[in-house]
Amino acid sequence: MFGLQFSSVLAETPALLRGLLLTVELSAIAIALGSLVGLVTAAARSIGPRPVEWLVRAYVEIIRNTPFLVQLYIIFFGLPSVGLRVTAFEASIIAMTVNLGAYSTEIFRAGIESIHRSQIEAGLALALTRWQIFTRIIMQPAIARVWPSLTSQFILMMLTSSVCSFISVEELSGTAYNIQAQTFENFEVYIVAGLIYLGLAVVLKIGLAMLGNLMFTPAKGDDAVVPVTAKAAP
Amino acid sequence: MIRDYSLAEALFLLDSAKWTILLTLLGTAFGGLLGLLVALARTSTSRLLQRAATGYIATIQGIPVLILLFLSYFGLSRAGLNLPAIVAASVSLSIYASAYLGDIWRGAIQSVPVQQWEASASLALTRAQQFRTVIIPQAVRISVPPTVGFLVQLVKNTSIVSIVSVVELTRAGQLINNATFQPFPVFITVAAIYFAICFPLSWSSRYLERKFNANRPG
Repeated sequence: MFGLQFSSVLAETPALLRGLLLTVELSAIAIALGSLVGLVTAAARSIGPRPVEWLVRAYVEIIRNTPFLVQLYIIFFGLPSVGLRVTAFEASIIAMTVNLGAYSTEIFRAGIESIHRSQIEAGLALALTRWQIFTRIIMQPAIARVWPSLTSQFILMMLTSSVCSFISVEELSGTAYNIQAQTFENFEVYIVAGLIYLGLAVVLKIGLAMLGNLMFTPAKGDDAVVPVTAKAAP
Repeated sequence: MIRDYSLAEALFLLDSAKWTILLTLLGTAFGGLLGLLVALARTSTSRLLQRAATGYIATIQGIPVLILLFLSYFGLSRAGLNLPAIVAASVSLSIYASAYLGDIWRGAIQSVPVQQWEASASLALTRAQQFRTVIIPQAVRISVPPTVGFLVQLVKNTSIVSIVSVVELTRAGQLINNATFQPFPVFITVAAIYFAICFPLSWSSRYLERKFNANRPG
């Protein structure tokens, strides 16, 4: 009924691969920067004074309750109107970082809150420095516990990077759009693009699970790490 | 001619939010229906149905909403159906919602303790009766907070259908921006309207979660 014809889509394989590469690049940079933002804000929220807590809360709520596309438009169209020129690629990186930063703040916070007070007291009793307590006793186990939620959020961010094609970033979706405009194989090109995204999601899931095992496998004799599931919003 | 961004434009934005809400309702209704089937298949005793539902959830959750939208858009026209863009938009949002709602409800059904199944089976209830009278009432309670939480994601993702020229809130913002060249006030108004829709939903989701967890032991 559909009469699928993949020949001219397959002829565009190099273009699709370039698109895929840009999707990977966008996602990798945003995941690195976004997690960093989330870590800093979550830490600031838990140890900073009250006004910092309110600021972090406002940031998280505003970002989580508005669409990524609108955030992207505000940055891409809004910043130049106040004299800050940004390319579509830069705007995408900023928007993805700000967006992922808010979601990962909440995830890290759930992890931090799951650390029992007695653990910190035990650290103090062992004469660890404040920095050692913060990194070894709070953050490391906190991140280990929320790693599964963090992984889902990273995958969602990779999928959301498709929206950057709206401001003419030629990542995978943007490339698919160009190909369908040149050929008549519009349905076919999106089947191929969908399969590539699916493959990327699977690779990311397996890769991050392996990375998690590598980073957080407890040494022999340690207690097993119990995952805490913070809501990973799509 | 460059127009000013005034009250008339802001009212146009507010008015276009009804399409955002309509798209959300359509996605919830059809996605919910399909999602229920997915959840039932996933928790059924048939291996084949379980596998099919697991595969469906994993596939849809691994593809961006934008791609689902274009697949619906071009797929429907390839099938010889000449329908308005809003139909393709609703179809894609429903498919997207069905995978997430199916997964949420699967979790809710599976979180009802297995003893409830055993107890109701020992009372000679059929599997359908067990589902209807024992399992579902308890699962619904568990599933309400995450379901409401997912609606926030659905509302936000309706913005993506602006690419196929459905004049919902985001598309309206784009049109006004093209006429006024005042991106900051325009898109901040748009963001504020989304926030006004989403924040109450996020808040109720958290409230319900606290309320339902309060009287659960452990």
